[in-house]
Amino acid sequence: MGEKKLKTAYELTWEDMEVGNVITEAGNASLHRTGDWRTERPVMDKEKCNKCALCWLYCPDGAMKLLEDGYYESDLFYCKGCGICAKACRREAITMVEEEEI
Amino acid sequence: MSRRVALEASHAVAEAVRMADVDVIAAYPITPQTHIPERLAEMVANGELDANYIPVESEHSAMSACLGSSAVGARAFTTTAGQGLELMHEAVYIASSMRYPIVMVICNRALSAPISVWADHSDAMAVRDTGWIQVFCQNNQEAFDMTLWAFRVGEDPKVLFPVMVHLDGFTLSHVTEPLILPEQTEVDRFLPELQYRLALDPEKPTTHGAFGPPSIYTETKIAQEVALRKSKEVVLRGWEEFGNIFGRHYFPVEPYKTEGAKTLLLTMGSLSETAKMVIDVKRDKGESVGLINLCLWRPFPFKELRQAVRDANILIVFDRCISFGGPGGPVCSEVRSALYDQAKRPKVVGFVGALGGRDMSVKDFEYVVDRGREIAEKGSEELFEPVEVRGEVSGIRG
Repeated sequence: MGEKKLKTAYELTWEDMEVGNVITEAGNASLHRTGDWRTERPVMDKEKCNKCALCWLYCPDGAMKLLEDGYYESDLFYCKGCGICAKACRREAITMVEEEEI
Repeated sequence: MSRRVALEASHAVAEAVRMADVDVIAAYPITPQTHIPERLAEMVANGELDANYIPVESEHSAMSACLGSSAVGARAFTTTAGQGLELMHEAVYIASSMRYPIVMVICNRALSAPISVWADHSDAMAVRDTGWIQVFCQNNQEAFDMTLWAFRVGEDPKVLFPVMVHLDGFTLSHVTEPLILPEQTEVDRFLPELQYRLALDPEKPTTHGAFGPPSIYTETKIAQEVALRKSKEVVLRGWEEFGNIFGRHYFPVEPYKTEGAKTLLLTMGSLSETAKMVIDVKRDKGESVGLINLCLWRPFPFKELRQAVRDANILIVFDRCISFGGPGGPVCSEVRSALYDQAKRPKVVGFVGALGGRDMSVKDFEYVVDRGREIAEKGSEELFEPVEVRGEVSGIRG
């Protein structure tokens, strides 16, 4: 099973499938990259941010990371670009930017 | 000691389910299956069977309750017919894809409209591709035996597939016949306790029924397809073990008086017994005719079928279902397809009849054999020929 965990979905062969496609280990949804669904990325402006953590609280995927300096940043491995953090921010410190523009 | 008793086929099924000591029964009554859940509910109520009977509000819920029960490692049984099986349809696929060894008995019933509660195989053929192991029964003894065998095969750790046991509505489900009931100790020897290693367990969390994105879906389906085809080894071994313990032997393709027969008739389900009588009549007259009773429907017994027909010149296939606008009856087109690549193959002629409970008499089957030989020799523009239909029929063409 340890070996299977290391393979990405694109590397698994039909023979790697568990009976009934049961996932035999708990908590491995964290291995699933949901960041590739994103079309817009939240960009933080530290000048405006007062570290209130509303973005962290509202993020439905827990994709907002607390940095060592107390600011927050989106974890792009998981962030789907839904924009809820930008809406929740009272100080308009988060801007949604088209991925194409980055 | 085993005992010889007279039982209605529905009650024989209930008896097999009781002796299999199921944990959960979730079923919704529908004609002509009603006597099975009725008898099982009675058994649970009066303490003959220690199981949970879930009186669900629909067939969709019946299968869904079986899915959940099976997921925690319980032995689950359900039963339905016709429209009920149609309502259940999406959950039928889920059972096989999630590899839950649920056993389901279908009392075959024609599909509406017009409303019919009587037998044909249109309900069975609508679930042909759902990935279940499927067998058809000829008589009450088989109804009992196959139900018991279904648990043994489906639950085998190498298989883990649901199994569907088909018996014709009324003409089999409601018929009382003598049959041999085994001892509980014999049943226990044949059917070990269900050991499902992937059962849901709070101590060891797992995920059942996660989604399958395009990156993985094809691999899951190929794994399922290979596993279903491989299950045939256990299907055969299950029958062998059954024969060793109970003395009754079953085969995926049952030949009847096929030795040297130039013309073969192929039938499924309870009609095979009527068809055998025609073979007797024709053999007595010196005609070179035999019968093939197709018992195992999925996984399809390609090898056994090819072997059984290898010396025949004509193969007449009788379907109890129309594949509307298609190449003929669903069984006939599969049989034809199974033989197409053979260097030597019989001429295959298709008939459709016995729809919605219409009887097939010995005389009717005699007509089918005679007319089948005539079509094989002279040819016909029709893709299949309906039996016993009033009025001239033509235009069933490609």
